[in-house]
Amino acid sequence: MIHLTPWDLVIASSMIILLAITSLLLQLNISKQLIIAAIRNVVQLLLVGYILKLIFNSNNLYLLATIATIMLLVAGFEINSRQKYPLKRWVGFRIGTSALFISSFAMALLSLMVIVAPTPWYSPQYAIPLLGMLLGNTMNGISLGMDKLNQSVYQQRLVIEQRLMLGQSYQEAIHEIRSESIRTGMIPIINSMAIAGLVSLPGMMTGQILSGTPPIEAVKYQILIFFLIAAGTGFGIMLAVWMIAKRLFDDRQRLNLDILQIKR
Amino acid sequence: MSDLIINKLNLSSISPNFSQSFDFSIPSGTCMGLTGPSGIGKSVLLKALADMLPHQGEIFLGDIESQMIPPQQWRKKVALLPAESQWWFDMVGEHFQTFNEELFAHLGFKKEVLQWQISHLSSGEKQRLACIRVLMNEPEALLLDEPTANLDPHNRIQLEELIKDYQSEHQIPVVWISHDKEQLNRVCQQVLTLNNNHYKVNKISLEQEGAMI
Repeated sequence: MIHLTPWDLVIASSMIILLAITSLLLQLNISKQLIIAAIRNVVQLLLVGYILKLIFNSNNLYLLATIATIMLLVAGFEINSRQKYPLKRWVGFRIGTSALFISSFAMALLSLMVIVAPTPWYSPQYAIPLLGMLLGNTMNGISLGMDKLNQSVYQQRLVIEQRLMLGQSYQEAIHEIRSESIRTGMIPIINSMAIAGLVSLPGMMTGQILSGTPPIEAVKYQILIFFLIAAGTGFGIMLAVWMIAKRLFDDRQRLNLDILQIKR
Repeated sequence: MSDLIINKLNLSSISPNFSQSFDFSIPSGTCMGLTGPSGIGKSVLLKALADMLPHQGEIFLGDIESQMIPPQQWRKKVALLPAESQWWFDMVGEHFQTFNEELFAHLGFKKEVLQWQISHLSSGEKQRLACIRVLMNEPEALLLDEPTANLDPHNRIQLEELIKDYQSEHQIPVVWISHDKEQLNRVCQQVLTLNNNHYKVNKISLEQEGAMI
């Protein structure tokens, strides 16, 4: 395996800086976010690299549980960022975290205890990357689905109220919005499953191949991950959308947008 | 067949305009006009009657209080026709489960209307279709928010007649928001005038009252 030197990464980062300068010149308002994300990326990954090195040497379940909890809480917090009409902070955090917990952790446990089954099952070398990939991807999907749901409900509030006035239940009144939101959240994973191998080599598989794993082994892991992500995302979104939809209506099924942060 | 009875209805949690609570009733088979300056909260009052807004106090349809039955059932019985109707599918027909030729014809529509695109409808057409849509639910009380605001004189009269016919045939109470005094004289037996912090109910005329019995 060819090792990367810090200079190799400096060369790659010059491309990001070039992009940031270009978008600054074109007034695209994206440079600041881009630079911040890039810096966060470096700091977080380096940190994780060192932490992983420590953890891999100790098969400690409690340490792993702590790390997993931190990962979950951060994902639960981030899930409501960058949304047009985000949920109020605590509601959003609670809903996002519980949807993520149930979907990602269920899939991670299934893969660790039944499918991959390393010894011990919580072996950090398997548990952390698997959980990380599941959390990251389901978070993405759930976040997209929630964004679509909140935005549609806000924009179509008059339609929803009209449907309620005609005697529809709240489930009927937001049925189309709900399925549209679930679909939106599922599009990325369905797309990447559909084009995998034809257009792009998925990231995990690429990494394994680069580090010398035989392609067929890498492919099998990639398929496993795809299926788990798709299932986790789907169930996670359904859960999140169901919980939000419930909170958007009061006990007499009146639309109540109080749980949304609406910038006036 | 039931009166609509409003008992100590309090909406002060929604707007400071409503410091006083409401007590009035609309006998079955009659219409009460609702009038007052713009922005005073006529539509808010109507929405509350359909249990679309949180409120204190009681709203009875006959001996059923709004909180005694599921909200969907209440809103089917006490149907609100909003000032601006909303449509969510692409075609008119998708918003109707069944077709009632007589009802559509009364407001000047043939069966082809079901194939029309919502985006091509004029505001008047939408208003008439919304009126048909609400009547197809066979409500037991009607709350109308300026139902003829976008209509030409011919259609205005047609709609008034349609409502009057439905009202007397099914003996239901009707609340009708309007700024048009003449219209209120034509369709109502009493008028509730809403003002800042107070309201009053006036009978329209004995002659019409007598005619309703």
